[in-house]
Amino acid sequence: MPRYFTKDHEWIDVDGGTGTVGITDYAQGQLGDITYVDLPASGSAVKKGDAPCVVDSVKAASDVYAPVSGTVSEANAALEGEPELVNTDPEAGGWLFRVMLSDAGELEGLMDQAAYDAYIAGL
Amino acid sequence: MSDVIPDDDGAEPIDTMMLPLDAWHRERGGRMVEFAGYWMPVQYEGILAEHLWTRESAGLFDVSHMGQLYIAGEGVEAALEAVLPIDLATLKPYGPRYSLLLDENGGILDDLMVTRWNTGFYLVVNGATKWDDIAHLREGLPDEVTISHLDDSALLALQGPKSFTALERVVTGKYPLSGLTFMKGGQFKIAGIDAWISRSGYTGEDGFEISIPAENAAQIADLICQQPEVKPIGLGARDSLRLEAGLPLYGHDLSPDTSPVEADLLFAINKRRRIEGGFPGAHRIMGELASGTPRKRVGLALDGRQAAREGAEVYKEDKKVGILTSGGFSPTLGHPIAMAYVDAAHAASGTILTIDIRGKRLPAGVVPMPFVPHRYHR
Repeated sequence: MPRYFTKDHEWIDVDGGTGTVGITDYAQGQLGDITYVDLPASGSAVKKGDAPCVVDSVKAASDVYAPVSGTVSEANAALEGEPELVNTDPEAGGWLFRVMLSDAGELEGLMDQAAYDAYIAGL
Repeated sequence: MSDVIPDDDGAEPIDTMMLPLDAWHRERGGRMVEFAGYWMPVQYEGILAEHLWTRESAGLFDVSHMGQLYIAGEGVEAALEAVLPIDLATLKPYGPRYSLLLDENGGILDDLMVTRWNTGFYLVVNGATKWDDIAHLREGLPDEVTISHLDDSALLALQGPKSFTALERVVTGKYPLSGLTFMKGGQFKIAGIDAWISRSGYTGEDGFEISIPAENAAQIADLICQQPEVKPIGLGARDSLRLEAGLPLYGHDLSPDTSPVEADLLFAINKRRRIEGGFPGAHRIMGELASGTPRKRVGLALDGRQAAREGAEVYKEDKKVGILTSGGFSPTLGHPIAMAYVDAAHAASGTILTIDIRGKRLPAGVVPMPFVPHRYHR
């Protein structure tokens, strides 16, 4: 299952027509202790670059951008009781939402793991 | 996701300066951000852990960005009373007192601490405002009164219920550290080095503020942090701690657009001065004392976990009645809290209002401050 990354530190795992979105370990480290995640509703439409999700840390609220366009099919209900999963397991159990892709072509501009690693090494 | 933009307090876009403990913070893993014109640690291990550690044990904060001033000279008492609403006749030596630098309209230019030393006064002012404060004071004080900027001194704050136990181990003096109660100070030595210590701070906890020569700051910070009760704490937790303590932060909750009466800081206008006036903005402030203000600084408590931030609007039904000046998640209480200025008609404790958070209206109740009880050693 291919994983893609954005310059804004989101990751997306694509399985068939559905992508699972989260923020990277680098991003959670920058944000610090996460206290709340405002998740998108299932069925809502998102456009690439929209901010359907907000991650709240002790310090600040930060937008999470949709890496692709589509329809939200599910949000990670575990985060309602345990938002700190985004800190402890950002790239697996701390996923944020799933989206049914409307245009798989939008994945083309995203980075793979090696490119993302090189990108954050340069930050 | 959006970049995490650290708070700054209005610093000018000039070269960011380094504090005496800059390398010390970096060696301990401090994440450095620009604040008040300096590189300062926002956190070490994490804001939540540092916050809770300070409430349970003791945290060492570097507040060397703050301005330490010494004001002395012939007629200094009358001159200071002309620029501050303080009653120096009731200010005993060595105990700091909270005061306000006011403009001619009674707007707040800064909040500060004033301590009477033997022949003059020691002031601690905010970092982001210190240059303007010095200019304002030079303008307002007569030539016989001199202002010295003690910029070769560092300032540390040790805060938390175990501060006394930790500090007592490393302090020597003519009298014991236990002689200090809340808002009292004295001259001591730490590792043989002169230290001005007062039992004060800005977290709501028992604690001390420690002024030492900048050249010895790293040695003294090391010694204090070697005590098992103490960890270094960053700016992030300093902000969440002071918010829980209901203490206003200059540049956010206080500004030239706020008066001491609406900011609920009447205690900073000392009793004799309220009657006699004779300080900047006295006309407006005495008027507000008599007839009230249209708005008030209040505390708000939210349910759930989503925090409301500075700038969020406050509503009563469909009418906008106020604005948040600080807000965040309270690690101690486990829910979000905020400070806001709201219309006086809706400022009573128990009033239910709503806060607009990104287009969503969340209920919030007006509650008394502090949110977390103060534990000063009186």
